[in-house]
Amino acid sequence: MNALNFALAISETVMAIALAPLLLGLVDQCRAWLQNRRGAGLLQPYRTLRKLLKKDAVVAQTASPLFRASPYVQFGAMALATAIIPIFGTHSLLATSADTIALVGLFAIARVFTALAAMDIGTAFGTLGARREMMIGFLSEPALLMVFFTASLITQSTLLPNIVITMTSHELVIYPSLAFAAFAFVMVLLAENARIPIDNPSTHLELTMIHEAMVLEYSARHLALIEWATALKLLNFAAIGLALFLPWGLSAPGDGGLAIAASLLIALAKLALFCAVLALIETMSAKLRIFRAPEFLGTAFLLAVLGLLVHQLLGS
Amino acid sequence: MSLTPLSIILALVLAWFAVGLLGLIAPRNVAWVGRTLFPLGAAMGLAMAVAAVLAIFGATETRILAIGLPDLPMHLRLDALSAFFLALIGVTTTGISLFAAGYFRGGDGTAPGLMGLQYHVFLASMAMVVLADDAFAFMVAWETMALSSYFLVTTQHRVPEVQSAGFLYLLLAHIGAISLLLCFGVLQGGSWQFTFDAMRAADLAPAWASVAFGLALFGFGAKAGLLPLHVWLPEAHPAAPSPVSALMSGVMLKTAIYGMVRVSFDLLPHTQWRWGVVVMVVGGLTGLFGAVFAAVQSDMKRLLAYSSIENIGLIFSGLGLALLFRGMGMGTLSALALAATLYHCLNHAQFKSLLFLVTGSVMHATGERSLGKLGGLLRHMPWVAGMALIGTLAMAGLPPLNGFVSEWLLLQSYLLTPSLPHTLINMLAPLGVAVFALTTALASYVLVKFFGVIFLGQSREPTAPPARDAGLLERAGLIWLAATSVLLGLLPVLVLRALDRVNLELIGSSLGERAATWWSVMPLSSERASYSPLALGIGILVCVALTFLLVRRLYHGRIRLCTPWGCGYPQWTPRMQDTAEGFGQPIRRVFEPFFEVQRQTPTAFDSAPKYRVVVTDRWWGLIYAPIIRLVQMLSRWVSFLQQGNISLYLLYSFATLLTLLAFVL
Repeated sequence: MNALNFALAISETVMAIALAPLLLGLVDQCRAWLQNRRGAGLLQPYRTLRKLLKKDAVVAQTASPLFRASPYVQFGAMALATAIIPIFGTHSLLATSADTIALVGLFAIARVFTALAAMDIGTAFGTLGARREMMIGFLSEPALLMVFFTASLITQSTLLPNIVITMTSHELVIYPSLAFAAFAFVMVLLAENARIPIDNPSTHLELTMIHEAMVLEYSARHLALIEWATALKLLNFAAIGLALFLPWGLSAPGDGGLAIAASLLIALAKLALFCAVLALIETMSAKLRIFRAPEFLGTAFLLAVLGLLVHQLLGS
Repeated sequence: MSLTPLSIILALVLAWFAVGLLGLIAPRNVAWVGRTLFPLGAAMGLAMAVAAVLAIFGATETRILAIGLPDLPMHLRLDALSAFFLALIGVTTTGISLFAAGYFRGGDGTAPGLMGLQYHVFLASMAMVVLADDAFAFMVAWETMALSSYFLVTTQHRVPEVQSAGFLYLLLAHIGAISLLLCFGVLQGGSWQFTFDAMRAADLAPAWASVAFGLALFGFGAKAGLLPLHVWLPEAHPAAPSPVSALMSGVMLKTAIYGMVRVSFDLLPHTQWRWGVVVMVVGGLTGLFGAVFAAVQSDMKRLLAYSSIENIGLIFSGLGLALLFRGMGMGTLSALALAATLYHCLNHAQFKSLLFLVTGSVMHATGERSLGKLGGLLRHMPWVAGMALIGTLAMAGLPPLNGFVSEWLLLQSYLLTPSLPHTLINMLAPLGVAVFALTTALASYVLVKFFGVIFLGQSREPTAPPARDAGLLERAGLIWLAATSVLLGLLPVLVLRALDRVNLELIGSSLGERAATWWSVMPLSSERASYSPLALGIGILVCVALTFLLVRRLYHGRIRLCTPWGCGYPQWTPRMQDTAEGFGQPIRRVFEPFFEVQRQTPTAFDSAPKYRVVVTDRWWGLIYAPIIRLVQMLSRWVSFLQQGNISLYLLYSFATLLTLLAFVL
C-alpha cells in the first residue's frame, strides 16, 4: 500500500513535469484556432526546448554564480511545488510538509531568484523587469494567500489534500465566498503566469515586457530550464485552481486501479478545458498598460478579501 | 552562593561591565579593545545564552540584592519569559560582538575604549531590564539602556545630523520613560509597593487596568517604534555605527516587546479583549507603513530602519491577537499567537542584526551608505554577499529559513479568529490578515531591492576603487548570525519547546509536546495544518541538485562568455541600471497617498537638467510639526518673564515668598 502510494506519487510528479510543456502548446494552439491561424502545433514547446538544450550557453562576462544558479533554483522550486499539489490524486508524499502558505512561499522563492538573477548582469532591461515583476508579486502574493484562506476557513485546514477531501465529501453547496475567491484566483493566475492582460508571453516589446525582460540574458540550457519552469508554474496554478474550485474526480490514497485511471482521465480533461478557457480569456482581452497592472491586481486582492469577509458574514 | 543560572547570569552581567571598564586602560589602542575585549564580550554572550536556555527549563528563581537606595533593595527574578529574552540577547550579541571586534577602528569619533565601555554597559543594562522584578530596578536599567545607547548613537558627535538624530532619540526615549513611570504608578494600585509581585496582587478596577495598559503601550511603543512614535528609528540608525544599529534594532527593540508582554500578560492578570483589538490595529498599520516606506528609501540603513518598524508592527499585531484570544478566555489559541510573536522576535533579532552588520561591512569597503552609488559588490565581497543573501531570504519570509516559520505561525493564528464569539472582531480579522499578508509580500520587494542594488549588477560609481571583503572577525560575526537564521528556521521544535514553558507560565496553557517534532510543526492538529521545514529544505535541495545533475549528465557543458546583450543597444553604461529611487517607483505610485513627495523634473529646455525626488514622512507634518510649533510658542510666552533686569527678578522672588507665606499662614 505504502510502496504503491510512493510509486504513484513519484510517477504523478514525473508525468506532470513531462507533460507541462504540452499545456503551453495547447494554450497556444487554442489561441491560434480562436484567432483563425493554423498555429505551430501542440508539440512546439518541446521543439523549442530541444533546440535550446542543444545550443551552447552564452553567458555575459559580468554574470556572477547567482545568475547561473538561478534557473536551477526556479525549476527546482516549481518541480517541488508540482510534487506537493494534487494533480489527479491526493496521495502526495510531501503534502503534510508544506501547506498552502508554504506553497506561496515556494512560488516566492522562484520569483525572488528570477528577479535577483535579472539584476545580476546590470543591464537596464534586467532591473526594469525585476522591478515590474516584484510589483506584480507584492500584490498577487497576498491575493493568492487570501484565496487560500477563504478555502481554509470553509474546510478548517490549510493543507491542500484536506481541503479537497472536505470539499468533495459533502454534498454540492455553492459558497458565495468561494465565488469571489475564484474570480480573484483567475486574475492572480493571469498575472503570475505573465499572460495577457498583464504581460504578453509571445512578444519582446521593450516598453511593456515583464517576464521576458528578466530572462533576456539567458540562453540555451538555462533558458530551457526557465521556459520549462514557466510551463510548470502554469500547470501548478491550473492544478491549484482545479483542486480548490472543481475538486471532483480526484483519486484518494487507497483507491483501486480503475479509480486511478478514471481520475487521470478526468484530470487531463479538466486541464484541457482550462487551456481552452485560458486561450479564450487571452483572446478576448487586450493587454493593459503597465501602470494599470496595480489596479488590476488591487482588484484581485480586494475581491479575495471580500471573499473572506463574505465568509465571515454569512458563515459559508 | 550556589551556582544557579541566575547567579551565572548576574556574574556575566558584572563581567560585561568589567570588560567595558578594562577598555579605559588604553582607550585608543584598537588591538587591545577590538581584538581582546570584544571577543571576550562575545564569549560571555554565548555563555549567557547557554545559562538562559538552562533557566527556561528550570524553576523560577528570585533574588533580592541589597543595592540601591536605603530600604529599596533590588528585586530580581529569572522566570521562563526573562530567560527566553536573555537567550535572545545572548545569542544575538555573540554575533554582533564578534563583528564589532573587527569593525571599530580609530577615528575622529569617540575613542574605541570609551565606546567599548558604553557598548558593554548597554549590553548589561538590557540584561538587567529583563531581570528586574520591581519598578525601581526596571526604570534604572531602562534609563541606563537609553543613555548608553544614546552615547553609542552619537559616536560621530561632531556631525550635526548625528547630533540632532541623537537628540530626537533621547527625547522620544524619555517621553516613553515618563509614560512607563506613570504606568507603574497606576499598576501599584494604592499599595505603594513597587515590586512586581505587589503589582500582580493589586486588584485594579478595569478602567484603571486599561489606563495602565494604555500607558505601557505608549511607553514601550515609543521604544519599539510603533506608529506614530517611530520617527527616531530612521534618524538614529543611519547615525549610529553599524554594530550599534544591529544591537539597537535586533536586541533593544525586543526589550520593549519584553516589557509589553510582562505588563500585559503578567502584571495585568485580567486581560480585556479590547486591548488586543487596539494593539492589533496599531501593529497592523505600523507594519504596512514600515514596509511601504522601506521600499522607497535610498539610504541602506534607513531602509533597514523602516523594515524594523515593519517587523515591530508584525510582532505587535501578533501580540494583539494573543491578547484578544486571552481576553476571550481561549488559552490554547492565545498560546499559539504568543509563541508565534515571541518566535518572530527571536528571528528578527537574527536576520536584522545580520543585515545591519552587512551594511557596516559595505560602508567600510566603499565608504557609501547611499544605494544609488553602490552595486556589483558580489564580485568583490563574496563572503559578505553570501551571508547577506541568507539574511535577505530569511527576512523576505522564504521557506525554509526562519522568517517564514514565525510568519507561518502568525498566519495560522489569524486563521483561528473566526472561532471568536464576537461579530466586530470577526469582521476585523480578515482585514488584519490582509494587511499582514500585504506587509510580508512588500517585505520581499524591499529585500530584493536591498540585495539587488547593493550586491548585484555593476558598480554605479565606476571610478570608485574596488571594494575588499570583510576581515576574519567580521566574517565570523556574520556567519554566526546567518547560521542561527538557518538553524532557527530548520528546527522550530527547539524554540517551540522553550516557548511552551513561557506560555505555561504566562497563560497557563501551551501548545504541548505534540505541536512540534524534530521533523515538523503542527500547531493544533495534524489535520488542520502542518509544515515541515526540514522536508521542504531537503526537497528543494534534492530537486535543484537532481535538475543540475540531469542537465550536466545529458547535455554538454559548453559555455561562451561575451558582453551582455541588453536588447542589442550599442551604448551601455552602469548608470542605466535602476537606482534605488527607480526601483521604489512602483511603490511610490501605488501608495501615493502615504507619502509627501516633492518632485523636481527637468523641462526640455534645461541646459543642466536636474531630477530630484524627496519623499518625506507625513507624520512629521501631521503630528510633530504642530507639537514643535506649540512648544516654541509656549516657550516664547515663558521667555517673556526673562527680561534680564535684576530688579524684576528680585520682584519675582518677593512675590513667590509672599505667595508661599499666604499658603503657610
